[in-house]
Amino acid sequence: MQYLLLIYSEPATEASAQSQMDAEMAEWFAYDEAIRKSGVYVDGNALQPTATATTLRLKDGERVVTDGPFAETREVLGGYYLVDVPDLDTALDWAAKCPGARYGSMEIRPITVFDQG
Amino acid sequence: MNGWAADPAEAVFREEWGRLLATLVRWVGDFDLAEEVAADAIAAAVERWPVDGVPERPGAWLLTTARRRAVDILRRRQNYAAKLAVLKVEAERDELTRLTEPADDGGPDVIGDDRLRLFFTCCHPALAADARVALTLRYLAGLSTAQVARAFLVPEGTMAQRLVRAKQKIGAAGIPYRVPSATELPGRLPAVLSVVYVVFTEAYAASNGAALLRPELADEAIRLARILHRLLPAEPEVTGLLALLLLVDARRDARVDDAGDLVLLDDQDRSRWDPAEVAEGRALVLDALRHRPPGAYALQAAIAAVHDEAPTAAATDWPQIVGLYDALRATAPSPVVDLNRAVAVAMAHGPAAGLALLDELAAGGALDRFHPLHAACARLLDRLDRPADAVVAYRRAIELCGNDAERAFLLRCLAAAESRAGPPDDR
Repeated sequence: MQYLLLIYSEPATEASAQSQMDAEMAEWFAYDEAIRKSGVYVDGNALQPTATATTLRLKDGERVVTDGPFAETREVLGGYYLVDVPDLDTALDWAAKCPGARYGSMEIRPITVFDQG
Repeated sequence: MNGWAADPAEAVFREEWGRLLATLVRWVGDFDLAEEVAADAIAAAVERWPVDGVPERPGAWLLTTARRRAVDILRRRQNYAAKLAVLKVEAERDELTRLTEPADDGGPDVIGDDRLRLFFTCCHPALAADARVALTLRYLAGLSTAQVARAFLVPEGTMAQRLVRAKQKIGAAGIPYRVPSATELPGRLPAVLSVVYVVFTEAYAASNGAALLRPELADEAIRLARILHRLLPAEPEVTGLLALLLLVDARRDARVDDAGDLVLLDDQDRSRWDPAEVAEGRALVLDALRHRPPGAYALQAAIAAVHDEAPTAAATDWPQIVGLYDALRATAPSPVVDLNRAVAVAMAHGPAAGLALLDELAAGGALDRFHPLHAACARLLDRLDRPADAVVAYRRAIELCGNDAERAFLLRCLAAAESRAGPPDDR
């Protein structure tokens, strides 16, 4: 099954010390390398901050484009991994290893498989 | 076979349902289909067995019948997934032959493993807590949807919906049907134990409604704990949980008087406690306590055992109980443990010492809406001859209490405190 591991965190309000940022980046690089080598990795990306987001809706066929994310919440989506694993427990194991689980929270969503039959 | 003539469907159903379903879920990989063919097989048994006699291996008979039904249904579905499922079910023929052999052949306990799988799937932490309890009562205890609905005091339609949604989540989220590995087990077992414990506590202090005690629910919890203990005999917390349930349940008959009113532990007629349950619980708790450090269920069971061993309330070894609460606080700290410890301290060292701890706890605020805190304060204030303060605490407890029988008890205490306090003056 494919699962999207969504990485949520609260946006940093102030810049952290360079040494701390380096340590965090090292954790992310280590995780990224581990998940890519494991064979479960399908895709993964970090997202630009929500300030760069644009929301689009169609109202009566007309595009309504607005600045910012759809809803204001404390935790915002910062990136994701798409993994292919046998079951939820395995997906949870990968989510638990992700540094995002310590700095924020991980949401695990199965990918819908549309029945071809 | 005695007994099942009275209500054959119920007896067959309850005895075999959990086992049958557990194996069928693994074979067909689908709760709904497993449930449907299990029900068909049991209906067939109810029809055939009184005529043909009960087969030598009733479980294998039911499994064979259910398997045939599953293949029939899957063949009719005609899609790719169903074809795969048929192949898988056909491949289980060998296993079925093994299952039909006599039980004491020393082979692996296939059905036991399936039931354990079912426990871990139904109690998976990715499911909502109330869904876990509902699934466990429905699929492991074998209660009907109507009975599970009664246990939760919700309409049957609501419960049916809750079960459907829970099963959908199991399928759609890919919650696996397997027993966690030895390294995962410590992380996953507490959720399973907690489901059984919740069923039991709900039986004991029905959180809302008229009945103080729902014995049928307590019986289910003990039955589930026994199944778990058979499946995981070396897990000390499983042993501890079964011990705890037995040691508390032993007092069931003495806990409510003839009028259906609550009787506190101190006032219970101890000759009405069930000696067999006490003895079984004691043996289990000694076993569970051998594991160091003892787990939270084992410690709670030990506390229950100290109460059960005292011939009179006055003879209770309160210092030992305080010591056990200290250990419990180290293992599983919670405000409720602090509350119970404070009550034990009041018994061991006097009401003033207990009240000081309760005041501290009340100041923390976590238990502000928890009526047992206010009831405990009220009782200690009563004992300290401060009836006017006791009245205030009793009123708060009554306001928060959802159980009719318990509220009636608190109202009686309130009336007594009010008469001691005299008419309210105009301070």
